[in-house]
Amino acid sequence: MHARTEAPLEQAAAWPEEIFAILERYDVRQVPYVPDAGHSQLIQRVLGSATLRGIPLTTEEEGVALLAGAWAGGQRGVLLMQSSGVGNCINMLSLTQIFRFPFLALVTMRGEWGEFNPWQVPMGSSTQGVLELSGIRVLRATHPLEVGDVVEAAASQAYNACTPTAVLLAQRLIGTKVFVK
Amino acid sequence: MSKANLLDRREVVSTLLEDRRDALVVAGLGASTYDLAAAGDHERNLYLWGAMGGAVMLGLGLALAQPDLPVVVVTGDGEMLMGIGSLATVGVQKPGNLSIMVLDNEAYGETGGQASHTSVSADLVGIARACGIADSKAISTLGEIKSFARGAQDISSGPRFANVKIDAANLERVLSNRDGTFIMNRLRAALGHAPI
Repeated sequence: MHARTEAPLEQAAAWPEEIFAILERYDVRQVPYVPDAGHSQLIQRVLGSATLRGIPLTTEEEGVALLAGAWAGGQRGVLLMQSSGVGNCINMLSLTQIFRFPFLALVTMRGEWGEFNPWQVPMGSSTQGVLELSGIRVLRATHPLEVGDVVEAAASQAYNACTPTAVLLAQRLIGTKVFVK
Repeated sequence: MSKANLLDRREVVSTLLEDRRDALVVAGLGASTYDLAAAGDHERNLYLWGAMGGAVMLGLGLALAQPDLPVVVVTGDGEMLMGIGSLATVGVQKPGNLSIMVLDNEAYGETGGQASHTSVSADLVGIARACGIADSKAISTLGEIKSFARGAQDISSGPRFANVKIDAANLERVLSNRDGTFIMNRLRAALGHAPI
């Protein structure tokens, strides 16, 4: 397996803990995800939680529909995915406008900031545009110290104002994935 | 197009829901939504007019949020095939209160009756079982529909899956509400959830 070699994932980073605390504070209950290395620490925290339920998906669009169902049943959720997964969601994102439910996605970015793998670049380059064309407001966090504020703002507008929102967690923040022979 | 001895989809859905009690019901886009509307509008119905492939996942999110209520998903073979991975996701979560019924006419009825994969080779019951939904079966009689409906009321015994081979006749459309915010907020209100 190709592990990231950047420090933030080797030692527990602070920003995933901040995100987890925000999700707890907003009473988020369902956390559908397609795994990504950049989300691994947060996913671990969710899977160890008594109140947040981690729900592994086979494809990201499942998570959009799941969150609509969760809201119908009175629960908030958040979708964790990588930038490549945003493309898988496009038609299902219609639900955010049709049902006007509080949609929040936390998207770890690939295909930028020194990307080694060219296959990540096309979708990574269009991630923000795809989201915006789909009616999702996009916020971005690039530095560790701003993650808490950005996710807090995103959660606030998603859950308090039903404004569908995605936070792009920059590859610079997560660390460039290093491929070694 | 109709074949002998296949169940009528409207009769299947009305039988499934004749004693629905507190159940929440999600219908996949197309004929399944018309079937649900034909069985009688209800504040606990969630009709889909799009989002193809999402019916089971909507049902799963609802079932996890409302574990004390039966949740029933009714959808077609084409819609189920598009969201086929969602059966694997249900198999991991195993909500006891979720029941899935596929109305399988082996065709994309809404778009001209083109053959679906189930007409050739795809075995949805086998797929559901292999995804970890142990209670997966093929149903061919109204008696079995009634039995499935009774099972759906037992919120500790799911998830369950049934594939019902139905007559492929295209029936007159019975249009449900299609304003998503109305449908959503009506269902939420029925569960006691206030608007934001």
